[in-house]
Amino acid sequence: MAERAGGPRPSPLVWSLRLSMKTCLIVDDSRIIRKVARRILEELDFEVAEAADGSEALTYCRSEMPDAILLDWVMPVMDGVTFLRQLRGETGGRSPKVIFCTAETEPRRIREALAAGADEYMMKPFDGDILESKLAETGLV
Amino acid sequence: MTATFATAHVEHLAAVLKAVSGFVLTPDKHYLIEPRLAPVARRYGMASVEQVLGKLRTQPDEELIWSVAEAMSVNETTFFRDKAPFDLLRDEVAPALAGRRAGGRLKVWCAGVSTGQEAYSIAMLGAAAGLDLEILGTDFSQRCLEKAVAGVYTQFEVQRGLPIRQLVEHFDKQDEMWRANARLRQSVHWRKQNLMGDFRGLGPFDIVFCRNVLPYFDADTRRTVLEKIAAVTAPDGFLFLGVTETAMDSDAFRPAPGRRGLYARDPEFRLAA
Repeated sequence: MAERAGGPRPSPLVWSLRLSMKTCLIVDDSRIIRKVARRILEELDFEVAEAADGSEALTYCRSEMPDAILLDWVMPVMDGVTFLRQLRGETGGRSPKVIFCTAETEPRRIREALAAGADEYMMKPFDGDILESKLAETGLV
Repeated sequence: MTATFATAHVEHLAAVLKAVSGFVLTPDKHYLIEPRLAPVARRYGMASVEQVLGKLRTQPDEELIWSVAEAMSVNETTFFRDKAPFDLLRDEVAPALAGRRAGGRLKVWCAGVSTGQEAYSIAMLGAAAGLDLEILGTDFSQRCLEKAVAGVYTQFEVQRGLPIRQLVEHFDKQDEMWRANARLRQSVHWRKQNLMGDFRGLGPFDIVFCRNVLPYFDADTRRTVLEKIAAVTAPDGFLFLGVTETAMDSDAFRPAPGRRGLYARDPEFRLAA
């Protein structure tokens, strides 16, 4: 189940600030990776949502397109490339900047992801500097 | 905890570094001594950094002096570091100068290029923008130059500042490392060059990058180096310094208005607004 950034219902001021914040959907079956990425993204002032596979992510995107998607490749139910191809075919599905975040490091695989519509590509392991650098490449920070 | 060394040893080290590489060893950098020189101690089969400092003072040889100076230098760099200077080079500086050169060929010098990322960044930028650039990368550190020439970088290094499309276009994966492909490697020339030394045989250059190097020098050394760079820069050429630096120690270069980090040899020269 895709979950919104948690906590109690925000005050109107907090809500109006959030409207101006960029949103990033983290799609990864590893809870630890989601947690690490969430911490970095929140420090960069993103509002973060999470999904554990491509199918959950697609459900989320159909209700609300995020500004950015951090996308794992190998996941149960629906993998990252399958999700990306479907996303790009959806209404408004070309707008999110999609950054792969995966242990796949073969140039052939990277080209495949780019051909499927990825904007950037990050190889695990990563750190805050690398994620920020990739977000900068896509014009998000 | 920071290891402490005999004051005389540290003072001698500071004098050696200033003479050899221009590096000013201020007290806030003393913490670097132990971690940077421990590998030198191991390489020379010495028991401690204290021993390295002692030998440097009492019976130095050229090889030890160079090893110490290299180990103490700051090599940190990334591909397309700070990004803006590269956009400025591609969009304004190179087009303006290329129009004034026969055939449009520009000579670029990356001074203090460390492990080579800056020179390769310029080469990739030139290839994408259709610029004809002749690029020379120099550093005083043999170890850094060897890495630059080999063009082999870790997965972490190629993910800092290098767009993924440029990675797959210009690099090959070799085991866990990424290597600049032959075409990219051939687009940069390398040479060992100490900024403290003689610039004979260098230049003239149209564009010089000397970023994040001068802050490690004292004001006199900065002025001398700026003037030596000016002497090998074309009269209408440009110098890029780090975004937090100035060329105020010398009159040799003037800041280009509104372009942070860019300096012109010719005080009258203006880029199109």
